[in-house]
Amino acid sequence: MHRNGSFRFELSGTLAVAALMGVAGYAVFFLAPTERTMGEIQRIFYFHVASAWTAFLAFFIVFVANLNYLMRRRPVWDQLAVAAAEVGIAFCTVVLLTGPIWAKPVWGIWWTWDARLTSTFVLWLLYVGYLLLRSLVEDPGRRAVTSAVFGIFAFLDVPIVYMSIRWWRTQHPEPVIAGGEGSGLDPTMWRVLLVCLMAMVALLVLLLRQRFRLEQLRGKLEELRLHIGAKPTPRF
Amino acid sequence: MKNFESLLAAYLVAWAVFFIFEIRIARSVARLREELEHLKETLEN
Repeated sequence: MHRNGSFRFELSGTLAVAALMGVAGYAVFFLAPTERTMGEIQRIFYFHVASAWTAFLAFFIVFVANLNYLMRRRPVWDQLAVAAAEVGIAFCTVVLLTGPIWAKPVWGIWWTWDARLTSTFVLWLLYVGYLLLRSLVEDPGRRAVTSAVFGIFAFLDVPIVYMSIRWWRTQHPEPVIAGGEGSGLDPTMWRVLLVCLMAMVALLVLLLRQRFRLEQLRGKLEELRLHIGAKPTPRF
Repeated sequence: MKNFESLLAAYLVAWAVFFIFEIRIARSVARLREELEHLKETLEN
């Protein structure tokens, strides 16, 4: 009965997120106005930017969970941190893949090592490094402390990515949101962006919940293995 | 519509990343559940 209820809850959550993603897709393709200079390709903006903000949110969760782990030493914080790091990497991957697809027709190049692009790539590398570091340390306690310290430092790159287009002149466009005088977004574009952001955050919650449960299961398994003196399962 | 293929490609790429991620989680959960059952059986015996 409990399992059935949980499954129904899981299924309705997944369907709700899928519906929200569908609404966001409809809004991007059919409701958002066509931008004057870039044309249709500018519609990438909605899920490119929404994915970037959601990745920042995921990495913020990693940061908070890591801090909490160092203060309280409860495994649940370590499990939340690694789950959020993986989900954040998925969103950051979307940013790094959709960016070049947008850049090619607009800039004529897929990639350039400017401050925004490079700092975003470094952000992705830092969190991939975070996961690799975890796979190298066998002792659960040491692994959690080492990765928590690394995760806190990795988060320092998030404000650098955000501010990069304000601090340096870059190939990447200047900010259209909170960018000061002369910047701004059409009200319909704003609404579509908010719908996309809501859909991405809902997807983040769904993926994070599933990934967190996986990590809890992994923890249980590790405990059992230690109990019977078996070898730990490789983490990759 | 100019560059519509690129727009569609970006949209599909985004979906593909999330889909692959979801599949990966589901497969890992299934594998770990199996392993957990196996260990529980070992402990009981």
